[in-house]
Amino acid sequence: MAERSFHVARLPGFATMAVAVFVALYLPIFTLVAYSFNASNSMAVWGGFSLDWYAKAWANEQVKDATVRSLVIACFAAVISTAVATMAALGTTRRRAFKGQTFIYVMINQPLMVPEIVTAVALMILFGLVKTVTGIHGLGYLVLAHAAFCVPFAYLPIRARLEGMDLTLETAAADLYATPWATFRRVTLPLLAPGMVAGAMLAFVISLDDVVITEFVKSGGQDTLPTYMLGQLRRQLTPEINAVSTMLLAVTVVLLTTFFLLTRKKD
Amino acid sequence: MADDVTISARHVIKAFGQGAAAVRALDDVSVDIRRSEFFTLLGPSGCGKTTLLRLIAGFEMPTGGEILLDGADISTLPPNKRPVNTVFQSYALFPHLTVAQNVAFGLQMLGKPAAEVKATTERMLALVKLEAMAGRKTAQLSGGQQQRVALARALAPQPKVLLLDEPLSALDLKLRKEMQIELKRLQLETGITFVFVTHDQEEALTMSDRIAVMSAGKVQQVGTARDIYIHPRNRFVASFIGETNFLTGTAEDGALRLGTGERIEMPGLRASPGPTTAIVRPEQLRLGKTADGGLQARVVSLVYFGTDTHCHLHLADGTELVARLQSPASGEAGLSRGDSVGIRFAEGAVQQVED
Repeated sequence: MAERSFHVARLPGFATMAVAVFVALYLPIFTLVAYSFNASNSMAVWGGFSLDWYAKAWANEQVKDATVRSLVIACFAAVISTAVATMAALGTTRRRAFKGQTFIYVMINQPLMVPEIVTAVALMILFGLVKTVTGIHGLGYLVLAHAAFCVPFAYLPIRARLEGMDLTLETAAADLYATPWATFRRVTLPLLAPGMVAGAMLAFVISLDDVVITEFVKSGGQDTLPTYMLGQLRRQLTPEINAVSTMLLAVTVVLLTTFFLLTRKKD
Repeated sequence: MADDVTISARHVIKAFGQGAAAVRALDDVSVDIRRSEFFTLLGPSGCGKTTLLRLIAGFEMPTGGEILLDGADISTLPPNKRPVNTVFQSYALFPHLTVAQNVAFGLQMLGKPAAEVKATTERMLALVKLEAMAGRKTAQLSGGQQQRVALARALAPQPKVLLLDEPLSALDLKLRKEMQIELKRLQLETGITFVFVTHDQEEALTMSDRIAVMSAGKVQQVGTARDIYIHPRNRFVASFIGETNFLTGTAEDGALRLGTGERIEMPGLRASPGPTTAIVRPEQLRLGKTADGGLQARVVSLVYFGTDTHCHLHLADGTELVARLQSPASGEAGLSRGDSVGIRFAEGAVQQVED
């Protein structure tokens, strides 16, 4: 059967196409990484190997400042969105099907469907209003905005984990004298933990990489790493930006690899 | 109520769904389960036996009626407030805990002191012969071992009643036989009331003190294995437990007149209009020569089973009967296809049953 069945990999040109796609995906990234080690200050001419740009970026106060801000926002956003997503996932899976379930599902995943620029403009207008009325400024607006658009990313792995969980385990805990809270803490939560860690990591990465919403919501002096880089591109281009990008890429790759390992099926 | 009753279900109704679409999984079920007995709920799938078990455990609330435990109504108590534990069909062992932690779970939730939890856990693991596995994760155990952990976990809090939901159905035949003996031993050693759900009549007959045969949301008959096998109350019980021959005819005073016109002596039978059904177990048929009398029949086929031989017979009107004959030393039943025989029945073996 398998011999005769249709197989995409056997179509003519499949290998060529696959190679072309991978080149298109990874050539720009490899170029970026390669030029971060460029000794010359040009983005186009190779002047030999050097770690100068890393040293420069490391010493750059603005880069440091933006990096710390990015990490702080990403941490808060990951924690808040994971907590919200966990509650949402429990609320949508631990009960019988109800009317409007799909609607709720769509609502939770709204940030995945609404164009980011629209959310960004909407947040800018709303937060602008709030800032005028309350007079409160600070990082809180960015944290809130990030937490909000990170929810669906945290929600998906947590929901998947919950759906794969045997409901009888919770019944068994109740049978063994566990109160509903004890059942949640002793059985549901430990079994859910890998999904929550995965969700938090995904949220962290999404927050760390965000440009559009941050650019619209941030006040003066609230640059995150991506918006700082965007700002730099408007002025002068040096391989320092490559070095910063490469470091950001490294962090993202490490986190996403961990996410993949955590969500991978055991068997 | 009698002092020796542990669980008493009274007029229990359980309906699933709403309004016209509602299905009654239990339809006015009343049953008393005695202290320290091995009580089995036996019936085909969908008969309501698991629903009754879940109502006793507290996983479902009855739509009507009540469930008493030692005389107190527990119908509305949540499962964690009932001194009743369950062995689940899928075992439902906690995968993130070790064997010992699984067994200790109920005791910890009851707030027992650590020393007692440890001592009881060790005793329970010894009871199911799993001391060596205490530190393992449950996924590393075989099916039979997981079954034992589930048992130890449910027995550890010393419940008043242990509920077992088809716990042996996932095991292979040999292991199932071993676990049947093991379960019976545990029940006798602990003195705890066992309520066992199964669709396997052999399992029910060999292990139970008493059996409730269920069908279509109702209890059809409650009694010892012997009661139910020898005196089934109706057609369903007779056909579900063991193999049975059905004889339909008209009741006359002291005898049943078959469609063939022949009479079977049934002392105590009173004449009544309409058809009457009687049953007779295959091992209660005696085959002889036609000249010796009895129901006249023809041998249709013979099936050799080792210890016995099943002889399929047709009466003159086409009624099919099976006789189970003990195989003689030679292995030859002394009959062959097409032989004419006379059937006699052991005394009292032919009994009237309700339809």
